[in-house]
Amino acid sequence: MTNLMKKTLGLALTMLVGMSLVAGCGSSTGKPAASKDAAKAPAKIEGKVTASGSTALLPLLKVGQEEFYKLHDKVTINISGGGSFTGQKQAASGAVNIGNSDVDLAADLKDKGLVGTDLVGIPFVFIVNSDVSVDSLTTAQYVDILTGKIKNWKDVGGKDEKITIIHRAKSSGSRATIAAKVLKGKEFTDDAIIQDSNGAVRSAIATTPGAIGYVDAAYVDKTVKPLKFEGVAYTIDAVTAGKYPVYTVGHMFTKGQPAGAVKAFIEYVTSKDFQDKNVEKQGFIPLTKLPKK
Amino acid sequence: MDKKKIDKLASQLFLVAALLLGVIIIAILIFMSKQGLVTFKDVSPQEFFFSAVWSPDNNKFGALSFIIGSLLVTLTATLVGGPLGILSSLFIAKLAPGWMRNILKPAVNLYMAIPSVVYGFIGLTVVVPWVRNFFHVAGGFGIFTTSLILAIMILPTIISISTDALGGVPRELEEGSLALGATYWQTMWHIVLPTAMPGIATAIVLGMARAIGETMAVQMVIGNTPQLPKSIFSPTSTLPSEIVVEMGNTPFGSAWGNSLFLMALVLLIISLLLILLVRKISAGKEVRA
Repeated sequence: MTNLMKKTLGLALTMLVGMSLVAGCGSSTGKPAASKDAAKAPAKIEGKVTASGSTALLPLLKVGQEEFYKLHDKVTINISGGGSFTGQKQAASGAVNIGNSDVDLAADLKDKGLVGTDLVGIPFVFIVNSDVSVDSLTTAQYVDILTGKIKNWKDVGGKDEKITIIHRAKSSGSRATIAAKVLKGKEFTDDAIIQDSNGAVRSAIATTPGAIGYVDAAYVDKTVKPLKFEGVAYTIDAVTAGKYPVYTVGHMFTKGQPAGAVKAFIEYVTSKDFQDKNVEKQGFIPLTKLPKK
Repeated sequence: MDKKKIDKLASQLFLVAALLLGVIIIAILIFMSKQGLVTFKDVSPQEFFFSAVWSPDNNKFGALSFIIGSLLVTLTATLVGGPLGILSSLFIAKLAPGWMRNILKPAVNLYMAIPSVVYGFIGLTVVVPWVRNFFHVAGGFGIFTTSLILAIMILPTIISISTDALGGVPRELEEGSLALGATYWQTMWHIVLPTAMPGIATAIVLGMARAIGETMAVQMVIGNTPQLPKSIFSPTSTLPSEIVVEMGNTPFGSAWGNSLFLMALVLLIISLLLILLVRKISAGKEVRA
């Protein structure tokens, strides 16, 4: 009997040790952050900013974070991806301060008190395999191709070759933008090949004859051929002049009006200084060059 | 501390490790079931299992094309890889001279060390263009290409397990057969293969379990589009490839996110059933021996 008791006691002890090891791992990462918050200096912007959402906007915001740190060293900023819809949802639930999104607010989040601040314009370009002889398509032709009505390049003035659509998954913000700006409510055909990033779409199109798809403008390179939209090639000037409609505006959503460090960070990345220096370099359109609404 | 105490403590540590193993697998099952079965609040089981319309924007969550896609690539891969693997292991276990066996066995193990993303990359850059040009199909992504790559990926599993099974066939049986005047081929076909059958069946089923769960390589070459395949060359999607493509951008807790969990649960259950099948087969083997 006593033997059994000793055994159970020993077992309980070992388990306890194991558990405290696991728990130790958790708390050790929490501590430094807490001590940072405790060190207070008056009259300076400080605090924690958390953001999640659009992976397209992530590289730009990372640059913003680095630059912002140089001005305000008492602020900790955490930016993660997860996708536009995740960003919106987490901002609405209060899990993050800022939800970055390259699509408009989802219908079921409209009454959650989210305030959107415009960040940049995000342009998209249709690209084709370099063996495609067509240079430009009309909106109607894009719609017919993407909905699966036109399946051969000869129907839009090219050679007799099957059209292969290569684009993004249904959860992609890029896909949502094309659906909103080009398809306007019509559905993409499911007879397509899905790749899960801009880079993968580009390389699949580069190697597949007769392929068409779309990528963020920053991803267009020599391996693929950019297509004109209604005869207009993508340039920032064409967007400013209102001639190139295939772009969306990236937003930063906050629950209510932003305040404190969150407000400072948003103001910084939307400032003319930061935008002039970084936005075009990253393949986006500065707010000042977007067409007036 | 005396040695007895250390001994006791050590054995308890092992016990905790073993218990933890059990707790983790049960926790995974509970979590997946909980998160996955919530889907049925928004989606009827009939729709999820028997509709191929996957359109989250319109609240349509039919996963049939993923389930069919998974089963189809697994079966095709096994049909190609199974016979190839069994023939190779027959050669390695029974026909190859000793020095060759010493090269081939480690070579098969080397196959296992190749990460699946490498298979996918080769598939994307070599096999996809080859299928497109050789069979004159548009794209080249789809079931055929995927099965081809999966067949190669499951070969090491099939070969190493069935080589062991064939090696375990008692020499006396073979010699008896040969002594009775059977040719070598007859001995292989009527004596060696049937005797090793439980082990070979285990190898095939484990190969299938590997194929159905493969994600990365499949994702890169199947096309990931939610449509029922019209031919073996048309792009479609499988359970794991659809999960990996969509989960990164799908909000956790939405009907969409939950149905991805349900798909993972279906996958988990299929895999568990395959493992149970393996246990049943090897239990049968013990009775024979």
